[in-house]
Amino acid sequence: IPLIPTSPSSMINQYKFEDEPELRDLFITVDDPESHITAIETFITYRVVTKTSRGEFDSSEYEVRRRYQDFLWLKSRLEEAHPTLIIPPLPEKFIMKGMVERFSDEFIETRRKALHKFLNRIAEHPTLAFNEDFKIFLTAQTWELSTHKKQGPGLFSRMGQTVRAVASSVRGGGVKNRPDMFTDINDYMETFNQKINLLDKISQRIYKEERGYYCEMKEYGPIHTLWCASEEDLVDSLKGVASCIDKCCKATENRMAGLSENLLPVLHEYVLYSEILTGVLKRRDQIQAELDSKVDALSNKKAEKDLLTEEIGNLEDKVECANNALKADWDRWKQNMQHDMKTAFLNVAENNIHYYEQCLATWESFLTSQTVDLHLGEDSEDKP
Amino acid sequence: MERPEAEVLGASDSCQAGEAEPGTGPAEEEPGGGAAGTMMEDCLSKKIEITVSEAEKRTGRNAMNMQETYTAYLIETRAVESQTEGQCSPPDSLWRRYSEFELLRNYLLVNYPHIVVPPLPEKRAEFVWHKLSADNMDPDFVERRRIGLENFLIRVASHPIICQDKIFYSFLTQEGGWKEMVNETGFQLKADSRLKALNATFRVKNPDKRFTELKHYSDELQSVISHLLRVRARVADRLYGVYKVHGNYGRVFSEWSAIEKEMGDGLQSAGHHMDVYAASIDDILEEEEHYADQLKEYLFYAEALRAVCRKHELMQYDLEMAAQDLASKKQQCEELATGTLRTFSLKGMTSKLFGQETPEQREGKIKVLEEQIHEGEEQLKSKNVEGREFVKSAWTDIERFKEQKNQDLKEALINYAVMQISMCKKGIQVWTNAKECFSKM
Repeated sequence: IPLIPTSPSSMINQYKFEDEPELRDLFITVDDPESHITAIETFITYRVVTKTSRGEFDSSEYEVRRRYQDFLWLKSRLEEAHPTLIIPPLPEKFIMKGMVERFSDEFIETRRKALHKFLNRIAEHPTLAFNEDFKIFLTAQTWELSTHKKQGPGLFSRMGQTVRAVASSVRGGGVKNRPDMFTDINDYMETFNQKINLLDKISQRIYKEERGYYCEMKEYGPIHTLWCASEEDLVDSLKGVASCIDKCCKATENRMAGLSENLLPVLHEYVLYSEILTGVLKRRDQIQAELDSKVDALSNKKAEKDLLTEEIGNLEDKVECANNALKADWDRWKQNMQHDMKTAFLNVAENNIHYYEQCLATWESFLTSQTVDLHLGEDSEDKP
Repeated sequence: MERPEAEVLGASDSCQAGEAEPGTGPAEEEPGGGAAGTMMEDCLSKKIEITVSEAEKRTGRNAMNMQETYTAYLIETRAVESQTEGQCSPPDSLWRRYSEFELLRNYLLVNYPHIVVPPLPEKRAEFVWHKLSADNMDPDFVERRRIGLENFLIRVASHPIICQDKIFYSFLTQEGGWKEMVNETGFQLKADSRLKALNATFRVKNPDKRFTELKHYSDELQSVISHLLRVRARVADRLYGVYKVHGNYGRVFSEWSAIEKEMGDGLQSAGHHMDVYAASIDDILEEEEHYADQLKEYLFYAEALRAVCRKHELMQYDLEMAAQDLASKKQQCEELATGTLRTFSLKGMTSKLFGQETPEQREGKIKVLEEQIHEGEEQLKSKNVEGREFVKSAWTDIERFKEQKNQDLKEALINYAVMQISMCKKGIQVWTNAKECFSKM
């Protein structure tokens, strides 16, 4: 049974994995999407490669193929095992926007990157990384995983319980004895949820406008070259402008790529995280509600006193564990979020600086070439 | 009888451009020919400074006694010498509206058909992108029109020939009664009808090749500049979108910073820079509108070029028709004299049917025809001279125009580059500031 570190200090070390790679001993990649066509359905599998030096793993390298369903299974198992830990988000089943088709290359690539992120987030997590189902997910062959999946408690029965639990908490269970800390987190998440959704929309819109700008610029440059055909004396200037516009076009492409590779996936992940956190808080409330209802029962029914007292004792432990786990994971999540946001927006700023620097260089060199051979005439007062 | 064949001006007769003296027109003859420099010194623009300094909304009653709103523009003129002597005398000024500028230009078009007459700024806003209003009363449009009108006056004043026109001078200096004065010149009657011009364009047989080429050139110029302006407007639209959406970051960062302890300050100040970024596009695009106006001027110049070509075609067609008429009269005369009937004519047929005419009648007809032929020959000679003069002087002005165009467009493109450079520098500034704020998150 692996040691579960619970002290916050060890977790702070863990989240800095990008800066100190020596601390990582589990490397996972998700790539190589492949289409599978059977009589019943068509689906995509992804190659999951794991490299590790951890003792719990029999081998140091594994390669398996997994489909989206398998990821869903893993997520629900982690949620069951750790109801008050923040399980990383999975990419959505499908996008309703209508612009991206279910199996388009763009969709698959976005999904692949998100799945890659998902597994790596788990791998960094001080608790989740040591989960047994996680290990099986990474190492078992397809048929082995199938068998293993059938053994555990049914997905549907668990789902039913969760639905009832959520329903009961909605009716007001668990909120009255909620510690202030979790009320604060709840309030925070309400605002954060709003803001992150807005940022996601704004950033998508910026991407769209940049793409529109790119398309128009692509048409704009060549017109100057076309104009050359009827203007002998202006060929140099016109060709120069056309070339500058084309270079700016390419720079715009790079800027767009920066958005779609860095900012957009990060913001979207946190949009999903925000939903997850709402769920985690509810589950904690629900565990609390179980305790509260037993305590209420104790004060009413003097008969089963001993039994209830024992149950209450167990539930009190359960609540304490849940609260501690959530508190620690919340701190960790908050640190990660700050780091991710800072990195993402720094990246945006750098991309924009780079974009403008490239454009500046190209126009400056055009200007230099023009002013070298411009004869400044004395008719300058005629000019508007 | 032998009659010398009348000369018809053809392409081969055109003079070489460049060696021409400035042509004659209704204006007086230019004193010194030669280099453009000496010509310019006599230009009005060197003697007086012209500005269109203000624009004002007015209401009045129009020709049908209905109330209308229009904009009046203040034209100020000041003698250049009075400046250099250290005296800053107050300028003379008067108010004119757009329709008066149009009247002036139409007058110049009719009286100087061999000149590429500078165009007016557009009557209605075209090539708009979503921010710009297409409304003629919009203050930005009025401002750009004011600049365009000033540019028009300076261009006319800088032209060696038309700057000397008295109607133009009165336009600048005489507020009352100018309209009446122009109309009294009767220039509207002199104008060629559109229909006549169109007819000539289709039927002319031997126009000067250079004018045909010039027509093609002006069509291409118009087409490419239109295309450029259309796409530029779309580019401006998108650019506006990119900048303005960033402004939303400002608001959301600010709201978000309220719930963040460590990140709050960085977010808040970064948000401020996003607002600055979003606001910066307004000035950038307004400057670009002036660039678009520079291109538009040459878009409209294309039409002025075509007008000169049309005049040539009209004169050439007129000449060809006159020559054809003369040739046919000569032939008639010859037939009557020799009694041969070479071409089918109704007269010939009727005379065959109803008997030939008497020798006296025939003599009479021949006399009339001979008179007409003599007149015709004189007319053809003067038409030839006119045509040649027109080609010579028109081509001089076209060469002048080409020089001007090359210089202006090259400068415009350089200005465009300067604008882009300024935009890039602003962008680097803002995002560097934002980056610093993000690093404090």
